Amino acid sequence: MNKKFKAAAIFKDNLQNFLFVLPAFAIFCIFYIYPFYKMIHLSFYDWRGIGPMHFIGLSNYKELMGDSLWWDSIWHAGYITLIALTFQNALAFALALACDREIRMKRFYRVIFFIPPVLSEVVVGLIWNWILNPETQNGSYIGLLNHFLFTSGLPQMVHDWLGDPKTALTTIAIVHSWKGFGWGFIMFLAGLQTIDKQLYEAARVDGAGTWKTFMNVTIPMMLPVILVVMILTILGSMQVFVLIIAMVNEGLVNYTDVPVTRIFSAMQSTDRFGYACAEAVIFGLILVGISFITKRLSDKAKQV
Amino acid sequence: MRTNKYVLWGMTKSTLIHVFLMSVAMTCLFPIFWMIRCAFMTNDTVFVDKALIPHHLNFGNFATAWTQGNFAVYFLNSVIYTVCVVGGIVLISSLAAYSFSRLKFPGKNIIFYLFVAAMMIPLPGSFVALFVLMTKLHLVNTRFGYILCMINVGLSMSILLFKTFFDKMPPELEDAARIDGCTKLGIWWNMAMPFARPAIAVIVIFNSLNVWNEYILATLLLEDSKLMPLQRGLVVFQGANSTDYPVLMAGLTMAAIPIIVVYLAMQKHIVKGLSSGEVLG
Repeated sequence: MNKKFKAAAIFKDNLQNFLFVLPAFAIFCIFYIYPFYKMIHLSFYDWRGIGPMHFIGLSNYKELMGDSLWWDSIWHAGYITLIALTFQNALAFALALACDREIRMKRFYRVIFFIPPVLSEVVVGLIWNWILNPETQNGSYIGLLNHFLFTSGLPQMVHDWLGDPKTALTTIAIVHSWKGFGWGFIMFLAGLQTIDKQLYEAARVDGAGTWKTFMNVTIPMMLPVILVVMILTILGSMQVFVLIIAMVNEGLVNYTDVPVTRIFSAMQSTDRFGYACAEAVIFGLILVGISFITKRLSDKAKQV
Repeated sequence: MRTNKYVLWGMTKSTLIHVFLMSVAMTCLFPIFWMIRCAFMTNDTVFVDKALIPHHLNFGNFATAWTQGNFAVYFLNSVIYTVCVVGGIVLISSLAAYSFSRLKFPGKNIIFYLFVAAMMIPLPGSFVALFVLMTKLHLVNTRFGYILCMINVGLSMSILLFKTFFDKMPPELEDAARIDGCTKLGIWWNMAMPFARPAIAVIVIFNSLNVWNEYILATLLLEDSKLMPLQRGLVVFQGANSTDYPVLMAGLTMAAIPIIVVYLAMQKHIVKGLSSGEVLG
C-alpha cells in the first residue's frame, strides 16, 4: 500500500516537472521538429501546394544537380561570404585592435560601430538602394554616391552599381559587410581585453617588435574567438536574403540570386513545393558541413 | 632629443588611430543621417538639393507615411508582435529552463539536447514546410500563428541562457523556500526569476531586436496588410510608391529610430551579452 502510494507520488512529481517543459516542448515539436521532418519528406514528392502529391523518389535532387541557376546562387552566396570573411572581419579586427588601448572616446566608437547591426536588413537595404540610385534628373545625379563622384571630379567612376551585373554582387557584399562588421568588432574587442597584459610585457622584454608580438601573442591567444566569428560570419552570410530583396528587388535576378531567394521563388513563383524542399535540404547540408569542418579546425587549433 | 622623438611618434600614432576610427564611425552614421535628412524634404527638392541641411524642411512626410502609407497600422502591429513574442519567450523558456536545471523527470536530458541541437543546425529553408503546416492549421494570416512561429525562433537560445543562470543559483535559497511551503511554481517565480534578472535583460533585448526586424516569416505568413509588421509594410510601400522617396525615408526613420533608441539605452547589456559569448548562435 505504502509502496503504491510512493510510486504515485513520484509519478505525480515527474509529471509536474515535465509540465514546466511542456509549453516549450510542444511549440518546438510543432514548429521545428515537424517542419524539419516535413521538409525532408516533401523533397521526394512533386507537389504544387494543393492537390495530389506524386512520389517521385530522387528526381528533385537529380534535377537540382543539373540546375545551373541553383549552383550559381550558391556561388553568389559564397562570394558574399568570402568578402565578409576577409574584408569585413579584417576591418573588424583592425578596429578592435585600435580600440584595445587607453584611448579617448573608446565608448563612443563602441556604441557607433554597433548601430548598423541593430538596424533591420530592410531598412539598410532601402537606405543604400536610395544612396546608390543610378538615375539622373535635369543632368544631375539623384543618388548621393554618383552625385558625390561626379561633383568631386571623378565622373568616370559614376556607375549603376546595382544595375550592372559586374558590380551588383560586390556592391551587395560591401553593404552586407557595412551592416555586419560591428558584431565581429564587439567580439574581437572582448577577446582582446581578456589577453593578459603581462604577455605583451614579456614579449617586449624579450625584444619582440610590434609585428612579432602580434603574430606570436595576439593571434594565438585570439584564435578561439577568431574561429567563432568565422563560423558566425559564414552561417550569416550564406543565408543573406532580405538585404538583397530590399536592395535590388527583382532587378537582376540571375546575377544576385542566393539560395534562399531560389527556395522562395521555387515555392512562391512556380509553386514547386517539393523542389523547394529539396533545395532547402541540400542547402542545409552544405551549411551543416561547413560549420562541422570549421568546428573541427577550431578543435585542432585549440590542441596546438 | 630622444624623448621628443618618442612623444612625437606617440602623438602621430594616436592621431592616425583616431582618424581611422573616426572615418569608420562616420561611414556608419552618414547613411542614417542621410535617411533622416531626406525624410524632411519634398518630392521636388529631394532629387536636386544635395545640401547637408536642406533649405526647406518639410515635416509633412511623417504624417503622410503614418496615415496614407498605413504606417500607423504597421507600427502598432510591430509593437504587438514584439511584446507578445518576447513576453511569451521569457515565460515559456524560463519555465522550461527551470525544470531542466532544477527538477527531475525521465527523458529530461534527451529533450534538453534536442533544444541544443536545434541551435547548432541551421535550417534556412524549413520555412517552406512551415508554411505548409501553417496552412493546414489555418494559422496563415493570423497574428496568433505568426507569434507562435516567432516564439519558436527565440526559444532554444533563451532556454540555454536561462539554464546557465539557474545552474548558478545557490540550492540553500530553494531549500529555505521549500521549507516555508513554497510550491515549485512559486519558487520559479519568486526565487529563480529575480535571480536571473541579467539573463532576462539580455533575452528581452536580443529577441526584441529580432522580432522588430523580422521579415521572412512576416512575408510568408501575413498577406493581409492589416496584420503586417513594419518591415513587411516598408517593402509593400516601396513596391507601390517606388519614387516617393521622402515618404519612404520617413517610414524607414520610423522603423529605425525606436530600435536605435532602445539600443542606446540598453547598450551595456548588449555588449555584456555578446562578450560573454552566451548568445552565440
